[in-house]
Order: sequence, then C-alpha cells, then structure tokens
Amino acid sequence: MEEKKNYTVSVYTENNIGILNRLSAIFLKRHINIESMTVSESEIEHVHRFTFVVLVTETLIRKVVLQLEKQIEVIGAFFHTEEEIIYHETALFKISSEHLYDENIQNKLKFRRAHIIAITERYFVIEASGLKEDIDNMYQKLKHYGLMQFVRSGRIAISRPRMAISDVLIEKS
Amino acid sequence: METLKKEVQEINTVKSVKMSGAEAVIRCLLEEGSTLAYGYPGGAIMPVYDELYKYREQFHHVLSRHEQGAIHSAQGFARVTGKVGVVFATSGPGATNLVTGIADAQIDSTPLICITGQVGSHLLGSDAFQETDIIGISTPVTKWNYQITKASEIPAVFAKAFYIAKSGRPGPVLIDITKDAQFGELDFSYNKCVKVRSYKAIPTLNIEKVKEAAVLINAAKKPLIVFGQGVILGSAENEFKNFIEKTGIPSACTGLGLSALETDHPLHVGMVGMHGNYGPNVLTNQCDVLIAIGMRFDDRVTGNLNTYAKQAKIIHFEIDPSEVDKNVKTDVAVLGTVKESLVEVMQFVKKGNHSEWMKEFHKLYEIEKEVVINDQLNPTKEGLTMSEVLAGINKETKGEAVIVSDVGQHQMIAWRYAKFTKTRSNITSGGLGTMGFALPAAIGAKMGAPDREVIAIIGDGGYQMTIQELGTILQTKAAVKIVVLNNSFLGMVRQWQELFFDRRYASTVMTNPDFVKIAEGYSIEANRVSKREDLADAIKKMTDSKEAYFLEVVIEPESNVFPMIPTGASVSDIRLT
Repeated sequence: MEEKKNYTVSVYTENNIGILNRLSAIFLKRHINIESMTVSESEIEHVHRFTFVVLVTETLIRKVVLQLEKQIEVIGAFFHTEEEIIYHETALFKISSEHLYDENIQNKLKFRRAHIIAITERYFVIEASGLKEDIDNMYQKLKHYGLMQFVRSGRIAISRPRMAISDVLIEKS
Repeated sequence: METLKKEVQEINTVKSVKMSGAEAVIRCLLEEGSTLAYGYPGGAIMPVYDELYKYREQFHHVLSRHEQGAIHSAQGFARVTGKVGVVFATSGPGATNLVTGIADAQIDSTPLICITGQVGSHLLGSDAFQETDIIGISTPVTKWNYQITKASEIPAVFAKAFYIAKSGRPGPVLIDITKDAQFGELDFSYNKCVKVRSYKAIPTLNIEKVKEAAVLINAAKKPLIVFGQGVILGSAENEFKNFIEKTGIPSACTGLGLSALETDHPLHVGMVGMHGNYGPNVLTNQCDVLIAIGMRFDDRVTGNLNTYAKQAKIIHFEIDPSEVDKNVKTDVAVLGTVKESLVEVMQFVKKGNHSEWMKEFHKLYEIEKEVVINDQLNPTKEGLTMSEVLAGINKETKGEAVIVSDVGQHQMIAWRYAKFTKTRSNITSGGLGTMGFALPAAIGAKMGAPDREVIAIIGDGGYQMTIQELGTILQTKAAVKIVVLNNSFLGMVRQWQELFFDRRYASTVMTNPDFVKIAEGYSIEANRVSKREDLADAIKKMTDSKEAYFLEVVIEPESNVFPMIPTGASVSDIRLT
C-alpha cells in the first residue's frame, strides 16, 4: 500500500461565486476529507487562492489536482509535500480573566509565538501561531484553564519551489 | 466576477440594440447558429417562451413531454450533428428533471447548453415556489454553469457558454436565469467568445512525445489500437483511417468509438470491453504496444486494472490531461486533439504490415463465431434472439442507419451486431448507462439528420422510462423507427442474477402493457412479431415506412449476452459461455 501523506494543495481561481462548491465536489467524489482550507486573494489581482490540506497518497493527489485544474475557472492547481512548503496556522484562545496572572500561563507565552491580544474584566484572548503541532501543544497546555472558546485557522502556505502561476496566466491569455 | 464584468463592459461598448433579457437569450442562440431547442415551459421561464413564440419563424422549439426527454433529444441532436444541443426548462422540478441528462452528457462529452428559468433574484435562497439550487445541484455534472441575475450579463455568458460547451473536450453547460433578468432590459450586442483565460481548451502538442510514440509504434511487433469517441468528437475519422492504413495496425473500438471506422474495414478487429469481441479482449493482454486513441480506459473496457495489458507499452493520445494515468499508467502520453496528433505522428511512422499478428485476431474471431455468433444469428431454439433482429436491420439499411440504443442487453447486442458505414451513427448512453435515453435521443437524432434512417433499439424496461416521448413524435411527426426488443425482463440485471445471484430474479420480471396499442394511441403505425418467419418482412415494412413506426419483437426471455468479462476479471479471462 502506498503511504498517505499530508499534501498542501494550492488552487488559483477566478473570483466567482460557486467555485468553492466546484472544488469541494472533486474531493467529495473521491471520498477525500479536507483537513484544512483557507481562501484569500492572491498575489495576482482578481485571482483567489485556495489552500487545502488533505491526507492522501501521491498517486491520488496527482489525479485530483489534474481534475481541479480541469475546472473552467481554475487558473492553476499545484500540490506540495510538507518539506516543500513553509506554512503557518493561527489560533485564538479565550480564557477566563481569573487565570490572567497565573504564572504558568505567562511562562507559556514567553517561549512561543503567542501573545495576549485582548483583555477584559471577564476574559482575555491569546493568539498563537505556528505549525499545526505548535498549536496542538499550546492547546494541550491551555485546555486545563477551561477554555471559553478556541478557534484555529486553516493552513496558509508558501511553496519553496516556484509555482509558475503567472506563467500559466500568460500562457492562457 | 471582475473578469465577467469587464467582458460585459467590452461588449456593451460595441454598437448595440435595446431589448429584454428574454429576447437576448434567443438572439444569442441565433448568433451561435442554433435554431432548434427542446424544452418544457413553466412559470420561471415564461418570458423566454414568449420570445420563442415571437421568434417562431427563425427558431424552432420542440415541446417534449418531460424535461428528461427534452435533454436526451438535445443529446441525440448533438451527437449526430456535432453541434451544440440546446434545452429549456423552468425552475425547480423542470431544472432537476434535466439532471440525469446533464450527467449523461458530462460523462459522454456531449456539448449542450441547458437554460433554466429561476425565481426572481430578490427571492433567491428563500425557498420560493419552484425554487431549487440548480447551480449547486448541477455543479458536479456540468463542464461549467452560471447564474445570471442581470439582463446585461446575458450576451457575454452565452458566448462563453457556447465556447466552453463545444471546445476542447465538449460537455454540458447550464445557464440559470432569474426571472427579473429575463424581464430586464439590456443593450444587446454579441461577440463570440474565443478564449477564457482560466481555461485551456486544447493542450499544446509536444512534438517530442509524438516522436517517442512513433518510435514505439515503429518497433512494435504486435501493436493494438483501441479507439474511442475522441476520434468522432475531434472529427478525425479520416486522419485515423490514414494512420491505421499506413501502419497496418489492428484496431478495436470502445462502445462510443463505434462508427468512427466502418465495421467492415479490414483492420477493424471489433470492440473491446465487457461484452466486446473475444479477439481484441484476449489479445489486449498479448500485444506489445497498446495505442489508445481518444478513449479513457473506462472500467467496462479494462476489466481488472491489475491484469490489464501489463506486458504492453501504453501510448495514450488524449485531449484531456486529467485522463492521462487516471486508470492506466501510460508510457507515452500525447496530449492534444486526436486530429492534430495523428497528422503529426504520420510524419514519423513507417509503413507497416502486421498480417501474422492479424491472423491471431481472425483465429479468435472464428472461435467466437463458432461458440457465440452462429447460434445468435441462426438459433436452433424457437425463440427469437436480439441479434437476429439487428442482422435483419443491417440487411435492410445496409449499415447506413443511425442506431440509437438504450441501456441493457439489447444495447450490447446493438453494439456487437449493428453494422456501421458512416460516422456519428451509434447514439447511445455509454458512460452513465441511462435507461430511457434512446427514444428521446432518437427524436433529436432524426431532427439532426432528417435524411438518414434513425432506428431506436430499446428494451421493454428502458422504453417505459421515457415512453411519454411518443407524444413528441406525434406532435412533431419525427419519422423515428422504434424497435422494442421485448423479453419481459430487465434482461441485463436478470442475466447477472442468473450468473452471480443463483437465479434469484428479484424485481426483474416485467408485466408489460400492449405496446402496439399504446403506439397506435399516439397514431404511430405499429406491429408486433414473435415468429422467425415474420421477422424479415416486419423489418422491411418498418424501414419502407416514411413515417414514425413502432415494431415490437418478442424475444426469447432468458437469453444472455456473451462473450462477457465478469466484474473484477481480466480482459483475457473473457467468457464465451
């Protein structure tokens, strides 16, 4: 059996209604769970970038990316292994203010990319960013304080190898 | 959205005329050279139907009896002509009734424009009367779809839709138009679309790949070509024939590749696949180079992939990059249109002759003839076989008819036994296997090719799925010949039950109505035969008729289609009995 790996799939699309549906349908019909997803404007005006993380084999991701690429409004689709990208996630933790001056919490913040971004009488909010594992660790450390809310973003990633997206645009126009 | 807005602006700066969105819809179709559509009216599409009435001299609308019938007719028209088929339906149930046909067109690469009405844009998402999210529903089965909410978007979206539907690997496009956009006014002017920046219709041909393919082809001792519908869709029938005649390579077709090459061509060695011919299936696993042309290695063609042509080098001529290595790993993939690729490869291939290797096909054909075909065409049993009927039709039509088949045993028999002398003559639901396809598709095929004989071959099951389209025949006088091969069973499922489910015939026995009376109720001349001695005359009477004609042939109830590759078996383990 071929090994499954986390692949980060970057899809550049026109900024039209319904694209997300079209892309997610490709994963759906192959019975692939989307582990994480982020959508934003890209470096090219009016072009959006979807970043998906999926756990699949290389054989499968090759086929899926070609099927994504085939969609009319997709300008380019690329896939990368963890080694080929620099990636990041962000998380927010809402904690009751009674723990604000807890020494343990202060210590935890010192050693990580984490800081307090809001303080009120009832709660304070910690923002942390890093790899998925960093956020997982932070979550493990903070969950004892009775998290009032916890939210984490999807992955954003920059590829180490060049993604020839501008070339694709030039070639297609 | 930005790109589209720009496209709309660009068009609007050209000299324009004021009109309603609904009128613009018809004008767009006329601009694209389309003058025929199938459909069914309803609340949300009424403004467009009002314009269809006004434009009735220039644009012909066929009223089907169900939206599924309408879309299959449009598919039949598109398949036989190579043009884009057009369908109208209203919102809600009208739109959802199209879905089977859209999925069918998507998997069989048929160019269609489906136009659905939608509730007013202020009502979108509110569960209004006859509102359904047809964009969401149709997304996985369309090449492209778009919801128009402003009249001004209509010309640009239609131009783009036609371009997308017919270019590259063709497919269905759905345009959903809100009622206010149909009533709304716009400055109309039309520019045909020639490019969409995010879409590359045809991959750039890589001449190095062509040369690599030629090297393999020239060195091959036992090459085999498997050709599919790509040859037809790319209008590459002549280039294909030149290529095989120069190289002398035995060529087998897929189900949808049928009629791309005349059946009697000396290099045509039959059909591959589950109920294909013995020789090409067995020899797929003995050839040294397998050259796939405009086909996609469907599981019904390959059988078990783990044992499919493992000994062979695989060359794949293909227009759609996502088909390469999808099912079968290729050694050389030549991306591009079949036509252009074959013209290029002709420069590098040597003149060849594979007569020794060809003998292997002839030898296996003799075996298939002795074990299967002879008994099918000259049965010793009293009951009629489906194959006899096809042989009778071949005799009367000399292989010049368009054969429209439904789905099931009769379809496999039609594919196996129908003789084709002209391209675009095998109209059938291949990928999706849609029962109920043939009757409405035959109506569209007849309208697309009015000078040709169009014969629908249908089972008693599939016939009753779209039997209401007899009403369309009555109204339009489409001179379709309908042959129902009636074995009073859902025959293919029954065959599987017999072979793989210990003859437990769960829900496959059909108690059928009097089909002749039904046809007569629609004023269609009808006949039923059950005896061998009456068959030839009955077929002749049908083909002699200048009008629509219905012929029911009572078939031996429990006969099976052979050869057969059981599911999960290898192509070379094809069973003759």
